[in-house]
Amino acid sequence: MPSLKDLKNRINSVKSTRKITKAMQMVAAAKLRRAEEAAQAARPYADRMNAVMAGLAEKAANSDTAPRLLAGTGEDKRHLLVVLTSERGLAGGFNSSIVRLARQHADKLRGEGKEVTIVTVGKKGREQLKRDYGDLFVNHVDMSEVKRLGYEHARDIADDVLERFETGDFDVATLYYNRFESVISQVPTSRQIIPAVIEEGEGDDAAASGVSAEYDYEPGEEVILADLLPRAVATQIFTALLENAASEQGARMTAMDNATRNAGDMIDRLTTEYNRSRQAAITKELIEIISGAEAL
Amino acid sequence: MADTMQFDLVAPERNLMSVAVREVRLPGENGDLSAMPGHAPAIVNLRPGLVTVIDEQGAEHQFAISGGFAEINNESLSLLAEIGRKRDEMTQDVFDDMMRSAQRKKKAAEQKEEQHGAEGVVAAAAKLLADMEALGSHIGLSAHHSTAPD
Repeated sequence: MPSLKDLKNRINSVKSTRKITKAMQMVAAAKLRRAEEAAQAARPYADRMNAVMAGLAEKAANSDTAPRLLAGTGEDKRHLLVVLTSERGLAGGFNSSIVRLARQHADKLRGEGKEVTIVTVGKKGREQLKRDYGDLFVNHVDMSEVKRLGYEHARDIADDVLERFETGDFDVATLYYNRFESVISQVPTSRQIIPAVIEEGEGDDAAASGVSAEYDYEPGEEVILADLLPRAVATQIFTALLENAASEQGARMTAMDNATRNAGDMIDRLTTEYNRSRQAAITKELIEIISGAEAL
Repeated sequence: MADTMQFDLVAPERNLMSVAVREVRLPGENGDLSAMPGHAPAIVNLRPGLVTVIDEQGAEHQFAISGGFAEINNESLSLLAEIGRKRDEMTQDVFDDMMRSAQRKKKAAEQKEEQHGAEGVVAAAAKLLADMEALGSHIGLSAHHSTAPD
């Protein structure tokens, strides 16, 4: 049976923990709002890019001279997994869920006898993957110094991936990240970026924006496509990074909300126990006094 | 025909401008061009340079862009640029940054040519660099601060 003093200490320590988790939750909420805004603001560019790409790729797909970024290397043997995670923990299952998905895919690909290499972005993913896949790492991108996520970060990652593709290090590249659905729901997602997968845009959208219209391409279609494909890779990575950032804050917010509630419950329980013990001690003292008086 | 069209300048991070305009002058890869309402649909690659936008009131706005492409429609023009700045926001620092990235690209292209004999990449990168320098001297920024490759 813990003493009154012990209980008091426990309660105080849980109280200060609750203060911290509460503060973290509020910080995450503020950051989430900003991250969501950033993701929102980046959408027009990505949408236009996809629309133009879709129009061009459709035409190019039938020609024999389609760029390798679109047509692929003709093989499906070596895979590059780009795993996007966060730099900081305490975000619930955020990092584990991405890592789990990447792990599943990596195991499946290796089971099929394919070569797998991994690029990690963010410390947490690297730590979790290190033990089993450490020898597959080819690069790590440190984002701990990044205060505000910018397009240039995505471009740096894209440049690295594209260079590896150019030198023939892999055939297929896939991104792993958490898609932001809502504050309480983030969906681990994989997305193939090389060779480019042209998304089937929602039919109405594409038609409405006039993508089906006959465009003049200046200079030629192929030149533009060759110019566009690397940019599209960077754009997709940028979108994924932004989604990931919003998801991270959402996951942290939910996790911290739960932690705050748990701490509250714990404080209630401990307080009840504390009061009971205190009452028991008082009763015991009274009994002692009364029985002492009776004995006289 | 309407005498204005919708103009959107879109950067990866956000929408920089969205207004009704009378005319847009673009630095196309094969030469400058001007787009007015009713232009035939076209997709045009852009080199680094200045974009001039003439709005409904006839006032001119200038933007420096680091290349990109424009999607021209009958009644709208979307310009997708990786870096887009108002001309007066275009400081030496920003320019240096753009120069550095162009130089890095050229260096990488040169290496690539040595290793794989890929032709044309160096020429393309050199052109990018030259365009960048031309843009700089056009708006009175010096390209020499940053000529040492990092």
